[in-house]
Amino acid sequence: MMTFIYQLINGLQVGSIYALVALGYSMVYGIIMLLNFAHGDVIMIGAYTIWISITAMGLHPVLAVLMAVVICTLLGMFIEKVAYTPLRKSPRISLLITAIGVSMLLQNLAQIVFGANAQTIPSIVTAPNITVGSMQVSVTAVITIVVSILSMLGLTFLVQKTKMGKAMRAVSEDTEAAQLMGIHVNHTISFTFAIGSALAGIGAALYCCAYPQATPTMGSMLGLKAFVAAVLGGIGSIPGAMIGGFVIGIAEALVKAAGLSVWADGVVFAILIVVLLFKPTGLLGRTMNEKV
Amino acid sequence: MKMRSFFKMAAAAVLSVSMLAGCSAPSESNNNSSDGTIKVGIMAPLTGDNAQYGIACRNGAKLYLDQYNEKGGVNGKKIEIVEYDEKGDATEAVNAFNLMVKDGVTAIVGDVTTTPTIAVAIEAADVNMPMITPSATAAEVTSYGNHMFRSCFIDPFQGSKMASYSYEKLGAKTAAIIYDTGNDYSKGLTEAFTSTAKELGLEVVATEGYAKADVDFKSQLTNIAAKNPDVLFCPDYYERIALIAQQAKDAGLNATFVGGDGWDGVLDVVSDTALVEGAYFCSGYSTDDTTPAVQQFLKDYQAAYNEMPNMFAAQAYDAAKILAAALEQAESKGLAVGSDEYKSAIIEAMDATDMDCVTGHITFDENNNPVKDAVIIKITDGKYTFDSKF
Amino acid sequence: MKKTIRIPMPVRYLINFALLAVLLLTGNFLVNIVDRYYAKVLMLIGINIILAVSLNIATGYLGQLPLGHAGFMSVGAYTCSIFVIRASFLTNYIGEAATFWLGLLLAGIVSALFGVIIGIPALRLRGDYLAIITLGFGEIIRVILLNIDSLLGFEFTYGASGLKNIPKNTTFLNVFVLVALTCALVHTMMKSRHGRAVLSIRENEIAAEACGIKTTYYKTLAFSVSAFFAGIAGGLYAGYLGILNPNTFGFMKSIEILVMVVLGGMGSMLGSVISATVLTVLPEALRGFSDYRMVTYSLLLIIVMIFKPTGLMGAYDFSLSRLLEKGINVMGGKKPVKKGDGAK
Repeated sequence: MMTFIYQLINGLQVGSIYALVALGYSMVYGIIMLLNFAHGDVIMIGAYTIWISITAMGLHPVLAVLMAVVICTLLGMFIEKVAYTPLRKSPRISLLITAIGVSMLLQNLAQIVFGANAQTIPSIVTAPNITVGSMQVSVTAVITIVVSILSMLGLTFLVQKTKMGKAMRAVSEDTEAAQLMGIHVNHTISFTFAIGSALAGIGAALYCCAYPQATPTMGSMLGLKAFVAAVLGGIGSIPGAMIGGFVIGIAEALVKAAGLSVWADGVVFAILIVVLLFKPTGLLGRTMNEKV
Repeated sequence: MKMRSFFKMAAAAVLSVSMLAGCSAPSESNNNSSDGTIKVGIMAPLTGDNAQYGIACRNGAKLYLDQYNEKGGVNGKKIEIVEYDEKGDATEAVNAFNLMVKDGVTAIVGDVTTTPTIAVAIEAADVNMPMITPSATAAEVTSYGNHMFRSCFIDPFQGSKMASYSYEKLGAKTAAIIYDTGNDYSKGLTEAFTSTAKELGLEVVATEGYAKADVDFKSQLTNIAAKNPDVLFCPDYYERIALIAQQAKDAGLNATFVGGDGWDGVLDVVSDTALVEGAYFCSGYSTDDTTPAVQQFLKDYQAAYNEMPNMFAAQAYDAAKILAAALEQAESKGLAVGSDEYKSAIIEAMDATDMDCVTGHITFDENNNPVKDAVIIKITDGKYTFDSKF
Repeated sequence: MKKTIRIPMPVRYLINFALLAVLLLTGNFLVNIVDRYYAKVLMLIGINIILAVSLNIATGYLGQLPLGHAGFMSVGAYTCSIFVIRASFLTNYIGEAATFWLGLLLAGIVSALFGVIIGIPALRLRGDYLAIITLGFGEIIRVILLNIDSLLGFEFTYGASGLKNIPKNTTFLNVFVLVALTCALVHTMMKSRHGRAVLSIRENEIAAEACGIKTTYYKTLAFSVSAFFAGIAGGLYAGYLGILNPNTFGFMKSIEILVMVVLGGMGSMLGSVISATVLTVLPEALRGFSDYRMVTYSLLLIIVMIFKPTGLMGAYDFSLSRLLEKGINVMGGKKPVKKGDGAK
């Protein structure tokens, strides 16, 4: 039983990182229908930012995290302006290939700039484990889960209650109609990328707490898993991304706990396939009606 | 049936052929005998997932060959390095190899990881190209002909060594294994460890796997912690070990860590050296070693690349050294550089290798695997310390 | 007005066969005299052409976005090599080459079966959901190939250690023949009634269904034909390399093939052929850049996509006969000068 609870906490911790990253995918998809493959690599840049800030610039870990959020935000907006905006009227698959190209570019640039070796990130959180009854819970796990839930609540507030959030929802509903209503579409899309990438920055910080290493290719698998989480929850839906992240995280932990760790990746994808077969747009996705 | 299909594939073929015709023109007279240099290839993954190992190997080999050239080279001839990236991919490696053949390369240091190395070894058998890999540890690598050598230990050797060390020297009764199922090195060591452990009566209470790109091992480690083994065998490379060690602590595991030579370098990447305190691993080389050869290598490498050399770099340095010595032998016979006899002479000379290297004294057995001492390194007070020869 | 001249069908056949024969002979002749490097790269180009043309069926013609093509390729590669290794006794009766051809056929059939098995559920979904579900299947195939041995209890795929000692039977000749066959068969299929049905699904699925086209049937058909040729390419790949490792056939491999199709232009066979060639040669040409190679490659990819979003060829397809006819008509109905001219 004890082991089971530990495993559940493990799953929640991983799941909340997936969820944060999945939000970035989901928001971008919701607004320009792009599977932003470079999102995972934005996180990688975030991790390297934290590393440089702490080791080379000697910043306080909290400032380093802020720095990562800022850099990720700027990078996200920059990528959108340079690589995606020129292609907004093109076939979506071209946009997808561009995203893949950006992802490869970021990985290889990082390798040249920071080296292929893993860089160790000094501890961001240093506190003893929390004891609950007879159980030891690591602080990192608690912080990860709490921070990600707070971020998601903040995001929900932003999207539902603010003017910008309203604009985002309008653009994702119908870009042209939104434009006619006087919404600045380009600004809104930039803003969406900024928010998604800022979340990636927070995700990078949480990732670095749990796995204190930065490598050039760290974003690809994380990105893929988060992408699966986003689709599972219903891409374009914020609560969907959260649920998807947690489901994937917990499923992984439980499969590993059952001693089937080598099949974990397979099981994750199998869950995805089964869910999509019964709910073709994911758990909380909107069903899109096609007109003849 | 319409006929345009044929035009299309015709177009395809035309393209292919014209490309071929266009490319083949400048390929002549690349043979190096004319300009007084000897071309040596270095093949490694310089980009992609395995780049950290590839770059270390490239740096190690290049360091030796550059030093060698400064000393005057072979018989007055300089060694010209031809360096190609293969991305960790077998297809790319075969292409890189054939390009080296085209470039007139006489011998190759490489490849780095097992699958591409085997693909190249098979290909190289056709032209009897002398090759020495610094790091491909799977037993089969050298089984595709006499042209293929290596300067590293083979998987079965290390795996069974650490099993018997755990049982005999550490007095372990139970062991657990956590390994990468997608990595041949990790898998090879695990298989050898398991079978030796079985023979000895060391009980393996848990074998947990993880996938190639995983960073989260908490679930597996929680399982292992529940079984409370005496030793935990982690046959992987240092970067992953650092993550495992960290998470093992969180999972409340107190087993002694045991590992293979991939552990070397772990102290540079672990966030707190206390995490791996008391771990044992087998290695061909120790940065703690006070012999002049090792100390000189450490100094030179740091001067050249501004970082500590890891095991990959050391083995690549040795591979280049063995190769250069063999080139001298072939050269002394006065053969034409790059000719088949020249290559055979290199292979013959490598077969007869008997010299002191950074990773120990090396001779080759009949399978072209190095016979060298393994040392057991223990991590004490945040440093690698020489424990024993075993 | 001048009357336009059309080349009659039998003559077209002859022109094409003659051209093919000439190409085959020159190709084979060249392969024997050039470096092994060019010969090998040429074979790789052929394999990549088959992969790109086969993916183009599902992407360009059917209008779907599968991200698991490497999965089919791996199924074919493993089927062919395991068959060739285990059935080595056959070589005594029918010879090595025939065994390999049999293995290739088997590879295609097994992959096509996988195509049907995966296609039936996957094709119920649309667009990006289909993309992700095929990605999922591709990854599952890879995980199975890696770990099936521990489940079976005997050595079958050899997991991460790699399937070794595969006879290297892939030659320029069989690659060339298969490239020709693939292009011809795919083209013929696309110009047939079935092909038009597939195209109509791409244009408008609901309208196609309203016209009485069995959309599920044709979608699955296109998908499994695509898998069939991917399987054959996989078999050739195995015979080309001599060793297989499941990790080769990851998600990135699927992406690599997709990039070939998109860069060439969706639905353009010539585009697929050209971009498969370019994208095989490009990394080779960039090999000298060493560490900077992949940066250059990805930059080029982004730039091409930004400036030519529909791919290099767009939807344009090439036809020698059309070109010849145009030439003839411009010259006022004179006899065609030379057959080879049109191909340049």
